[in-house]
Amino acid sequence: MKENVVIRTISRFLVPFIQVYALYVIVHGALGAGGGFQGGVVFAASFILMIIAFDLPYVRQRFNYKWIVICSVLGVTIYATIGLLCLIPSGNYLEYGAIEAALGIPHLHGYLIDAVEVGIGITVMAAMTSIIYDISNKGGESS
Amino acid sequence: MTLIDHLPVLIIVIPILASLLILLAGWWDRRLCYPISLITILLQFGAAIVILLQVMREGAIRYYLGGWAPPFGIELAIDSFNSFILATILLLAAATAVYARRSVEREIGPEKTISFYVLFQLLVTGLVGMTITGDIFNLYVFLEISSIAAYTLIASARKPRSYVASFNYLVLGSIAGGFILIGIGNLYVATGTLNMLDLARLLPASFELATVHAAFLFLVIGFSIKAAFFPLHLWLPDAYTESPSAVTILISTVMAKVSIYALFRIIFTIFSTAYIIDVFPVTGFILFIATVAMIAGAVLAIAQSDLKRMLAYSSVSQVGYIMFSLGVTNQVALEGGLLHILGHAVMKGCLFMVAGLIIYRMGTSRLSELKGIAKAMPISCAAFALAGASMIGIPPTIGFMSKYYIVLGALEAGHWVYAGILLLGSLLAVGYIWRFIEIAYFRDGRDRGSGARTLEAPASMLAPMVALALLCLLLGVFVEGLMEIVGPAASLLLGGA
Repeated sequence: MKENVVIRTISRFLVPFIQVYALYVIVHGALGAGGGFQGGVVFAASFILMIIAFDLPYVRQRFNYKWIVICSVLGVTIYATIGLLCLIPSGNYLEYGAIEAALGIPHLHGYLIDAVEVGIGITVMAAMTSIIYDISNKGGESS
Repeated sequence: MTLIDHLPVLIIVIPILASLLILLAGWWDRRLCYPISLITILLQFGAAIVILLQVMREGAIRYYLGGWAPPFGIELAIDSFNSFILATILLLAAATAVYARRSVEREIGPEKTISFYVLFQLLVTGLVGMTITGDIFNLYVFLEISSIAAYTLIASARKPRSYVASFNYLVLGSIAGGFILIGIGNLYVATGTLNMLDLARLLPASFELATVHAAFLFLVIGFSIKAAFFPLHLWLPDAYTESPSAVTILISTVMAKVSIYALFRIIFTIFSTAYIIDVFPVTGFILFIATVAMIAGAVLAIAQSDLKRMLAYSSVSQVGYIMFSLGVTNQVALEGGLLHILGHAVMKGCLFMVAGLIIYRMGTSRLSELKGIAKAMPISCAAFALAGASMIGIPPTIGFMSKYYIVLGALEAGHWVYAGILLLGSLLAVGYIWRFIEIAYFRDGRDRGSGARTLEAPASMLAPMVALALLCLLLGVFVEGLMEIVGPAASLLLGGA
């Protein structure tokens, strides 16, 4: 691909903003519209921009398959662990109110929802990125 | 609240975590994958038994996720019907997990073993989720989890034909998934709820709506594709034949049964017998198609020259028996149908295990190359004979008991002709089962060199196969105990109890 300074510079400049917006969407999930899935997709969109502006190997070097697996496992683990933690103060699965009542910290359930959303966001981001890698792969390195 | 109360959710969450653990452990040491998978599935099986006993003792369990009562939250609802299915599928999943290790070593490349066990675990978990969820959209989500895992597992044999089989299944499975989603959407439009029990309560008010009729047809056709109900079975023979042995066993027993479970659940719990008999009379049609399925599946099975493909077509025929009981719609026939869900899972699991062993040892499952194989593999062929007897319906096996109840129910409902055809279908089963027995026992094969060398497979593959073969017999002998589980389930489906 022909080097294009304008596209590359602007992409470099935009990526952090997209990612901050993604984090905003994720954290906003507990209060209103937004959530882990949408935020994760927006986060992955920043990687798409990088792949378009640079190329696949460039992005892959920085976020390779191993990290994708680690991120998807980490996200699900956060979700499931917080869900299971709710069983300890004799709540149902994902019943955040039980933890809040047991520890007596106000608004704790909101933070727990945020933590779960972050877990979802990480997994969705990793899964989306791996889909992009696979469909934009022109052969060659496959893992 | 003790741990027992949380079993419905733990039986789903722990295996999902385990599948991730398998992935991570596989990086460290590939040999760790199998033990984790086996232990998880055995734990799930144990939990299923505990849940079954609890449901029998104390009645249905309803578990509200997040403490949100339905219709706002998602619930896991386990009653006498799905606790029975849950125990059945996890019994078969556990047997398959024991069997899988050697078969996977042989048929799947070492670099794929990690992903195999991860997907295996996810498939089982998805099916367990489908079985115990009380929310119809949640059912769809778990259906997709299990379907995607199944597509990948079928392709993992890495033969060109298994890719084709997997792709065909993917196309048909996606159509089925789309139909099911449209059906769920229609129900939601008509009632404004997704909870199954809530749907059952609200739906009678809108029974006359075209939206509801469309939802019914979409759901029934969608799940019929998934359950391979004739004539929507076209994906099945290739998918069963071309996938690795362990996958064949799992999808032919566990996955097919869960699709039938979902069909029963939707027809009886959500739409109720009043709908399918009075409002939208469909039972006669189902009965007719099921009868055609029994005969056509058996005839096609007789025509095959490959052992696995023959058993695959036999599955098409056996799904017909279960749907037959749905078409008859009375207590006795449904008891027979539910027994047949268990019975067919056990015997077809055993038969496919024998086929897998033969492939493991001989490298082929073409019937013409298996002449005299009983001399080399006496235990496997004996297991085949026992499970085959159950498939035909020879007393006192479980296959006899279930068919006996189905026929009894059909006679009670006055379907004399259909009952006659069902018995004829059993005779056709003799045709394909006997064909293998004859080839294995009474044809002289070419001399396989050193006669003293036994070709029997390793114990870890023989043990689950023999256990399932004996179960075919034991379940038939001790059928009274089973009836105590199946009886309440059948009356629950018919709207009583």
